Amino acid sequence: MTLRLVLIGAVLVLAALPALNRLPAENALHVSDFIVSIAGKWITYAVLALAIDLAWGYAGILSLGHGAFFALGGYAIGMHLMRLIGPRGVYGHPVLPDFMVFLGYKELPWYWLGFDHFPFAILMAMLVPGVLAGVVGYLAFRSRITGVYLSIITQALTYALMLAFFRNDMGFGGNNGFTDFKELLGMPLNTAAARGALFYASLLLLLGALWICSRVTRSKLGRVLVAIRDAESRARFLGYDVTQHKLFVFVLSAMIAGLAGALYVPQVGIINPGEFSPGNSIEAVIWVAVGGRGTLVGALLGAFSVNALKTWLTTVAPDLWLFALGGLFVAVTLFLPRGLIGLFSRAQR
Amino acid sequence: MSEPVLYLDGVSVVFDGFKALNGLSLIVDAGELRAIIGPNGAGKTTMMDVITGKTRPTAGVVRFRRHDLTKLDEASIANLGIGRKFQKPTMFDALTVFENLELALKAPRGPLACLRWVLTGEARRRIEAVMEEVGLAARAHDRAAILSHGQRQWLEIGMLLMQDPELLLVDEPVAGMTDQETEHTAALLVRIAGRRSVVVVEHDLEFVRALGSKVTVLCEGSMLSEGSIDHVQNDPRVVEVYLGR
Ligand SMILES: Nc1ncnc2c1ncn2[C@@H]1O[C@H](COP(=O)(O)OP(=O)(O)OP(=O)(O)O)[C@@H](O)[C@H]1O
Ligand SMILES: [Mg+2]
Repeated sequence: MTLRLVLIGAVLVLAALPALNRLPAENALHVSDFIVSIAGKWITYAVLALAIDLAWGYAGILSLGHGAFFALGGYAIGMHLMRLIGPRGVYGHPVLPDFMVFLGYKELPWYWLGFDHFPFAILMAMLVPGVLAGVVGYLAFRSRITGVYLSIITQALTYALMLAFFRNDMGFGGNNGFTDFKELLGMPLNTAAARGALFYASLLLLLGALWICSRVTRSKLGRVLVAIRDAESRARFLGYDVTQHKLFVFVLSAMIAGLAGALYVPQVGIINPGEFSPGNSIEAVIWVAVGGRGTLVGALLGAFSVNALKTWLTTVAPDLWLFALGGLFVAVTLFLPRGLIGLFSRAQR
Repeated sequence: MSEPVLYLDGVSVVFDGFKALNGLSLIVDAGELRAIIGPNGAGKTTMMDVITGKTRPTAGVVRFRRHDLTKLDEASIANLGIGRKFQKPTMFDALTVFENLELALKAPRGPLACLRWVLTGEARRRIEAVMEEVGLAARAHDRAAILSHGQRQWLEIGMLLMQDPELLLVDEPVAGMTDQETEHTAALLVRIAGRRSVVVVEHDLEFVRALGSKVTVLCEGSMLSEGSIDHVQNDPRVVEVYLGR
C-alpha cells in the first residue's frame, strides 16, 4: 500500500520535470535540459527492466539478450527518422540516406519500404522483436532448453546481431548506425517541446507497460508462470503446455522491450550496433536483480537506482564503473537475494 | 463396462543396459483401488513414469482406455485424465494452498485462457470442497512452502482431485507420516476410489492392509504376485524377496 503511494509520488515527480524545465533558469525549481533528457532515457530503461522482469522474475526465463529486442525497436524508429531527413542529408539525395549514397546504393532496399510512415515503424518496433523472440523461443522452449543454456543462446543471439549490424552490406548504416535525425511527427528534435513530448510518451509507455505486466502477473497466467519458474515439470504434469506459456511471455516481453528502444533512440539521437553488445543485456539484467526480480516495482527501482549510480560514477570515476557494476551484482546476489525491494519486506510478489 | 482403464502389457524399460522394467503387465479396472508394493528399485516409480509419459518404454503396450500413452507427451496425458502424485511431494511453494488447487482445477490451460480467467463461485466451491476433503481448509491462504510434510502430501492429493482425473497414480503417499496421518490418508484414498481408479505405490504394509484392496507385488521390473494382502503376504516368492535378504 505504502509502496503504491511511493510509486504514484514518483510518477508525479517525473511528470513534473518537463514543466519545471520550462521555468526560467534562475528559478529555484528549474530543472536542466540534462536532467530531462537523462530522466527520459532512464524511463525507457525502466520499461526494458519491466520486460526482463516479466520473463525472468515471473517465468524464470533468464534472457541475456533483451538488449537485442531493445536495439531492434531502436533501429525500426531509426529507419523512420532517417527517411524523414529526406533531401536534407549531406549528399542531398531525395530518398536515400547519406550512408546509402556513400555506399553506392541505387535505390532503397525492399526492407526499407514502409518506414516513411510512423505507424508502420512503431508496428515494426514491436513486431520484429516479437517475431524474433517467437522463433528463438519456440525452438528453445520446445527442446526444453532452460537455465544457463537458454541464457547463453540469447546472449549469442544479441552478439550475432551485433556482428551482422556492423556489416555495411546489411543496409543499416554499418558501424556508424543512424544519427543526425532532424524531426519526428513534424516536431524538430532538439527543442524543449520535442524533448517534453518524447518524455511524456516514454512515461505513458512506462505506465502502459506497467499496466500490462500487472494484468499478466495478477491473473492466473501470472501464477502459472510462477509455477513454471519454480517447478516446470510439475506444471507439465498438471496439463499446462509450458512451451506455449513461456512463448507467450517471451514474445510479449520482447515487444515491450522493442517499444522501449523505439522511444530511447529519438531521445539519445543515435542508434548503432553497439546497442547489441552483450554487455548491455547483462547490465539490464543486473538492474532487475538489484531492484528485486519477481516484483514489478523492484524492476523499476533497479533501473532508476543503478542508472543514477552509473551517471554519477561515470562522471567522477569512469574507470570504476564496471567494477562497481560487478561488485553490486555480487553483493546483491549474496546479501540481498530479493533486491532493494526486499528491504521494504512485506512487498511480496 | 468390463473394459479396463489402464492396460500394460509386456512393458520393458532399459536404462544403459539395466532393465528397470522387464515385461511388466498390469490391468486396472474402472473404479478400482490397487496397491503396488515391492522392494526398493523394483521399478514402481519407473512404471508411473511410463504411464505419465515421462519415460518411454523400450517395448510393450501402455493404454489408457483406447489411448496409446507411448505416443503422447506429459501434458496431453494429464489432460486425458491421468493425475499423478510424485514420490517427493512437489507443488508450487511460492503459491498458497488455494492457488495451488486453483492451478490444478480442470479449466482451459492456454496462456490467453489463463489471462482471462475469473474465479467463479462454482470454481471457488469446488476448491473449498477439496480443501475440506483433504483437511487443509484452515490453511487456504498459507503458502505451500510452510506446510508440514503430511499436509504437503495431502495438498498434492488435493491437486490431483482438482484435475478430476479418471485415474490417479499415487507414489508413496505416507512416507514420513505419523500413524494418525497415515490412517487419515488411507481413509481418504478409499473414499476417492470408486468414483475413479486409484493406483497406490507404498512400502508400508499396515497402510496397504488398511486400503483393503487388491495388491500387486513388483520385483526386478516384473509382476511377482497379485491378490489380497493376505494371499500376497503368504506367497513364498514374496516372502523370499522381502525376508530373504
Ligand atoms: N533415469 C534413470 N536412469 C538410470 N536408472 C534409473 C533411472 N530411473 C530409475 N532407474 C533405476 O531403475 C530401477 C527402478 O527404479 P524405480 O525408481 O522405479 O524403483 P522404485 O520401485 O520406485 O524404488 P523405491 O521404492 O526406492 O522408490 C532402480 O534401480 C533405479 O536406479
Ligand atoms: Mg519409487
